[in-house]
Amino acid sequence: MVLCAFSIFGIVILIAWQLILRSQLAWDKFGMSFFYQVFTDSYTQQKLYWDPVNEHFSALPFVFGTLVSSFLALLLAVPLAVGLAIFLTEMCPRALRGPLAFLTELLAAIPSVIYGLWAVFVLVPLLREHVNPLLIRSLGWTGLFGDDNPTGLGFVAAGVILAIMILPIISSLTREVMTAVPHSQREAVLALGATRWEMIRMAVLRNARIGIVGAIILGLGRALGETMAVTMVIGNSPEIHHSLLANGSTMASVIANEYAEASADMHLSALTEIGLALFIVTIIVNALAQLLVWAVTRGAPRQAH
Amino acid sequence: MKSDQFKTRSKVRTIIDHLVTSLAVIATALVVTPLVAIFIYLVYKGASSLNLAFFTQVPKPVGEPGGGMANAILGSGILLGLASSIGVPIGISGGIYLAEFGRGTKLANAVRFTADVLNGVPSIVMGVAIYALIVNPQKHYSAFSGGVALGIMMIPTVCRTTEEMLLMVPHAVREAALGLGVPNWRSVLSITLKTASPGVITGCMLAFARVAGETAPLIFTALGNQFWSTSLNQPIAALPLQIYVYAISPYDDWHRLAWAGALVLIILIVLAVSLVRYVTSRGVLKGAS
Repeated sequence: MVLCAFSIFGIVILIAWQLILRSQLAWDKFGMSFFYQVFTDSYTQQKLYWDPVNEHFSALPFVFGTLVSSFLALLLAVPLAVGLAIFLTEMCPRALRGPLAFLTELLAAIPSVIYGLWAVFVLVPLLREHVNPLLIRSLGWTGLFGDDNPTGLGFVAAGVILAIMILPIISSLTREVMTAVPHSQREAVLALGATRWEMIRMAVLRNARIGIVGAIILGLGRALGETMAVTMVIGNSPEIHHSLLANGSTMASVIANEYAEASADMHLSALTEIGLALFIVTIIVNALAQLLVWAVTRGAPRQAH
Repeated sequence: MKSDQFKTRSKVRTIIDHLVTSLAVIATALVVTPLVAIFIYLVYKGASSLNLAFFTQVPKPVGEPGGGMANAILGSGILLGLASSIGVPIGISGGIYLAEFGRGTKLANAVRFTADVLNGVPSIVMGVAIYALIVNPQKHYSAFSGGVALGIMMIPTVCRTTEEMLLMVPHAVREAALGLGVPNWRSVLSITLKTASPGVITGCMLAFARVAGETAPLIFTALGNQFWSTSLNQPIAALPLQIYVYAISPYDDWHRLAWAGALVLIILIVLAVSLVRYVTSRGVLKGAS
């Protein structure tokens, strides 16, 4: 039993060891500059980040893509998830609570590839026909929405599908920390004559805020490592653009796309190093989130969802 | 004058309250809509493309209509069987340790914490690690490596759900067993675990359903296969992998198969999630004791 429990440490060490071992080649050649170097194409004199044929490897566009798509997803998902959690814990009629909670639980269990399938055939055409022209017309002046990509793929599509995918996680954890706030706190504020919103703000959100931040960070962790759905809609080009409607690529998507086809040792090693970076970042992000959530829910009585 | 101010203030507060309430309702509606839309679209598309051939035939060459995903269903079955035989015993044992023997110790807390963190590690990273560990030394893709990748991913989930289910067993049950002079290990195995077994089994099913939909770790371990293959030493097809390949292909007929495959996967997952919910909410565990 103890051995099996220890196997969990073993797995983490095994992954780390293998990733470090296999990324040694790229690390020796590029060192830390792997994550920020920029190459120049010798013919066109243009910036070049990722060129497996000439062994030019820089993780910069993938780091950029991962950060942009994840933050876009958080921007969309967090207000909705917290709103949903508030509705479910504080306002929802009892009869509706069960089915809604069940639905969000179910959504957390749908495989990434199915979200991707839906995004490719429903979300991307929708964005292409209706949303993107609107964004270009109304917000084109910011420079964030250029109209040079007619496919509908890109960061916006990736951000939206990521937001849908991390919503259930953020909202169910937020719900958990909000239900952990003792009832006496709510009753005390209500007894002073507060309205329901004032009660939520003063008693619930204030007490649960650390846990909610934890839930958001956990959602960020999921968004950073989400692979299939993003790979299917982000367009997969290793470039950096100002426009959110342009094609991009994330750390996870480049691994999914190129790993099986990579044959050169340096190419594989560079991809493994991206994987190692992803592993370290998600470990840190998840550990942080877990600590924050525990800080709130520990000691609180466990309630059935 | 004072009372007037008080009245406006209280009116503003009421308005803000209503405003926030409606915002929360709108947020809920905005969340639920795409989710329901995904479901309805999936069932509609999947049901119209699902037929007997889907379950009995292997994929036809490009350009020929028809064909099915029989090889992918079999492949998923083999991969999941292998994954379960690795993930379930180790996960359950780990869970028993956390709930029964190591409860409250620093070590158990560290294991629990690591399991939760490991749960959040992207599956693609697991794929890279297994590629480095098994595929690279063997010099070829194989069903075995895919199964191992999925199995390792099951361990933290099974471990944590087993622990949670065991903790739901009332203390009185344990005390009764110990009071009769049963040794602790015996009480754990044949009393606590037996009482919690419906929960533990559904927890395993949940982990099973989760990895059943995993694609990322299979891309460069199991690789996929257009033909009927049962060998653990060869590349093998898997349902989610096939859905991915077909979804990004340009052929309508393949898109149709992808939708049908997605529906089959979803049905499996809905069943597992509902079962877990039923067991945890209806107090089946307490009834059993």
